[in-house]
Amino acid sequence: MSDNMPCGDVAYNVARNVQGHNVPRYYQMLLLLYPASFRAEYGEEMRAVFARRLRDAAGLPGVAWLWIAAFFETLWDAAAVHSDILRQDLRYTARTLGRTPGFTLTAILVIALGVGANTAAFSVTDFVLIRPLAFPEPDRLVMLWENVPQYSRMELSPANYRDWKRMSRSFESMGAFTTQPVNLVGQGEPERIDAAAVTADLLPTLGVQPLMGRLFTAAEDQPGAAGTVILSYRMWQSEFGGDAEIVGRRLNLDGSPSTVIGVMPREFSFPVSDTRLWIPAALPEALYQDRNNNFIEGVGRLKPGVSMEQARAEMNVIAGQLERQFPKENLHTAATVNRMRDELSQKSRGLLWALSGAAICVLLIACTNLANLLLARGIARQKELAVRTAIGAGRERLARQMITESLLLAFAGGGLGVLVAMAALPLMARLVPNTLPMAGMPAIDARVLLFAGLLTLGTGIAFGVGPAWRMGRGADLSGLREGSRAGGGRKERLRSALVMAEIMASVVLLVSAGMLMRALWRVQATDPGFRADGVLTMRTALPTPKYITEAARDQFYASVLSEVRRLPGVQSAAYTSFLPMTMGGGIWPVSIKGQNLQRAGGDVASMRFTTPGFFKTLRIPLLQGREPADSDTSSTPLVAAVSQSFVRKYWPDGNAIGRHFQFAFSDRVIVGVAADIRVRGLEQDSEPQVYLPYKQQGDGNYPFYVPKDLAILTMGTPEALAPAVQRIIRAADPEQPVSNVRTMAKIVEEQTASRTVQARLLGGFAALAFLLAAVGIHGLLSFAVSQRSREIGVRVALGATPRDILSMVLRQAAFVALAGVLPGAILAYQAGLAMQALLAGVKPDDPATYLAAAALCVAMTLFGSLLPAWRAVRVDPITALRAE
Amino acid sequence: MEKPEDLLPLPPATFHILMAVADEDRHGYAIIQDVAARTGGELKLSAGTLYRSIQRMLEQGLLVETLERPAPELDDERRRYYRITPFGAATARAEVTRLSHLVKLARACGFAPGRA
Repeated sequence: MSDNMPCGDVAYNVARNVQGHNVPRYYQMLLLLYPASFRAEYGEEMRAVFARRLRDAAGLPGVAWLWIAAFFETLWDAAAVHSDILRQDLRYTARTLGRTPGFTLTAILVIALGVGANTAAFSVTDFVLIRPLAFPEPDRLVMLWENVPQYSRMELSPANYRDWKRMSRSFESMGAFTTQPVNLVGQGEPERIDAAAVTADLLPTLGVQPLMGRLFTAAEDQPGAAGTVILSYRMWQSEFGGDAEIVGRRLNLDGSPSTVIGVMPREFSFPVSDTRLWIPAALPEALYQDRNNNFIEGVGRLKPGVSMEQARAEMNVIAGQLERQFPKENLHTAATVNRMRDELSQKSRGLLWALSGAAICVLLIACTNLANLLLARGIARQKELAVRTAIGAGRERLARQMITESLLLAFAGGGLGVLVAMAALPLMARLVPNTLPMAGMPAIDARVLLFAGLLTLGTGIAFGVGPAWRMGRGADLSGLREGSRAGGGRKERLRSALVMAEIMASVVLLVSAGMLMRALWRVQATDPGFRADGVLTMRTALPTPKYITEAARDQFYASVLSEVRRLPGVQSAAYTSFLPMTMGGGIWPVSIKGQNLQRAGGDVASMRFTTPGFFKTLRIPLLQGREPADSDTSSTPLVAAVSQSFVRKYWPDGNAIGRHFQFAFSDRVIVGVAADIRVRGLEQDSEPQVYLPYKQQGDGNYPFYVPKDLAILTMGTPEALAPAVQRIIRAADPEQPVSNVRTMAKIVEEQTASRTVQARLLGGFAALAFLLAAVGIHGLLSFAVSQRSREIGVRVALGATPRDILSMVLRQAAFVALAGVLPGAILAYQAGLAMQALLAGVKPDDPATYLAAAALCVAMTLFGSLLPAWRAVRVDPITALRAE
Repeated sequence: MEKPEDLLPLPPATFHILMAVADEDRHGYAIIQDVAARTGGELKLSAGTLYRSIQRMLEQGLLVETLERPAPELDDERRRYYRITPFGAATARAEVTRLSHLVKLARACGFAPGRA
């Protein structure tokens, strides 16, 4: 409110003219700090007092002192007056809210749901997408990948990594790593530990100092160097109880001794949150020979001042040079440089934004509902406010009172909302991908609380200001008139518009949730090519050098498999390098008749070594020939079974048995053809598959592919079999850890786990929105009916039938619903386009989803108008008219 | 209806304002001057403190604004004048009783001025 009110000007002129003093404008400006109501009441007096003081002040120093004192006094006094009013308003608000507990509880609950949904969504989005990584200057950290056709993020070959590191100038330092689980023996049960093998410069590149001890030296990162290991904080605590003397202790990792040289800080996590220890990569020179052996990931720290674009440009120049130098191996091999923070799939990102969007929709609906509630309440309170105006409360004071009321409600709801968020967080946290270098889980911390506070404040203002403003304008003496019809047509129009907005937002949410649900069903209905039911799986990662020879491994497999097959209920059992959907990689170039086909050209297949019985266990149909058998050994010709798509690609005539192809350095002959399976998961296309007999792997070859995953088909419950199988493995090798014990069905289910969570969450939000919109419709119509009861009474008196009255109420409901559904459908289509990456091929104009959402909205409208319509029909004309 | 005791203890500014208007109606600036004179210049109420107190005292019924004005030639500033109500006087007396009781208690504990 401005101070240029007529009374202010009059006072100013009076002061100046009467006293002959020009009370400076500055004092008037100081008075602006007081609430307008106080200023209107006492501004004139205070100016006069100040003028007198100015007149009495002795000399220039006296005047100067008076001004300084006036400035600080005003700051203090104005704050005190504001807090007086606030206290008064809070007391008044608490009293009035206490008189209408139904309204108060509804409002607080609605805010709690809105704020809670957003706080939970924010805490996850912030954790995954916004918050900087826990490394020094994280913006300078990048991930480096080879960029080849089909794979923009292909791991590096050691040779290319070494050349990139040598030739580039954009980076302060560069390091590389590969995930490499290790077996830990001698600490209780043998255990399989998620670990990473890192080059000596990796941890310094990340810029993190150890909590205890030191990092790897270059000498320790050489083949043949004595084993060393750095522990994560979590590992140090869980396995060694935080032993202060841990540095220098020797551990048995993969059968060889390793000395603990350091422990990393608690918040350090790399490359994924599950990594529990780090060992030196110590890449042997032999691995630098093959530029197509891609298995390490590069990390670089940009020099200060070097931009991403500069680094990308330089790396692509280098990749071009290497392509010219190695035209065969590096054909079409460019470089991908990504900021580490952005190393997150488009899908995870889209999913989180979709959730945040849904949460905001819920909040908007909540605010709309509240604004509506407050408007209705305001209209009902018109008399009270008119009385207050009549006894001298200014509009500013009334508006201020309304804002205080909405803020008090908002903060009560916001506080409850934080509790809602805490309850929702465990479900939401399942959306955090574990592929990020972040320790811990999202939590409601100071940052999130600040967000919740601001959101609550914004909410309070959003739903409070509109009604307060209308109140400020609308409160006049007409409210005092007996029997006046409170609430004009304009107010009802505004309320209708608010309800339309609610319906619109809930249509968007319903359609989005519906599409995600359909996408989930579609993915779940995908045929993986194998059958998962009844299959128990577990992993026994055989360590080298203990199992470097084929003979040693054969003995282990033979003893385990023969014992397992003898267990009651077991139908078959087999070992394979990797079970489908547990590892997407293991891809090798294929060449036919000595043609040099290139990985870059798409001539690739996934390679797995298997024992006999693999097809039978996973019930993968064998279409032609036979599976790799025990009789295929190092002394017989190298054979392979391939998948149908492999045959289709190279021998479209379908006749593949007996054909030769070159794969993994050897010529192999096809003895069998199996149906295709989805190796990479339900939603990703898979390369053709090549299955090699486990006895043709040789000593020390492809250690990565040593069969380690055991699959058992049983007639009973698969889980029940686990203890017996673990006993068998312990008998075969007491030092061999068993990990990843789970059913095949669980592995397949995990493929859709994040989709399930996301559909459930969005569905939850949609249900919430739906409920709030129903409350909105109900509120609107109830109010309209109660306001129009006299009109209805007149109509009935004039001969309107209950049917007419019913259709009048329903018409209003139908109009509001339709006006909300139509724009809602258009917005939902836009949302669908934005979410397309999440929809697994479901079209954003999927008619069934729209029909379902529209039907739900119609049902909701009918449901919401039932009670008001019933009341309208029962209006008694005599009573309604007598009230006049 | 509020009792005088409900308002105790009185904030110092309130008590001083009651004393200033105890014997005659005064306008704001006169109250400030009177309080300053009474306290030997120790307490100089700011305009904000004064009117904030007055606003509350009016609401509490300790003061009323008077409609009587002194002769026009004296009333050159056309101010609002404030008069103590019987309730205001009762409240001031109640405060005096409370304070003297407190002083009596303090003396009994040996807190007399002039003693170590």
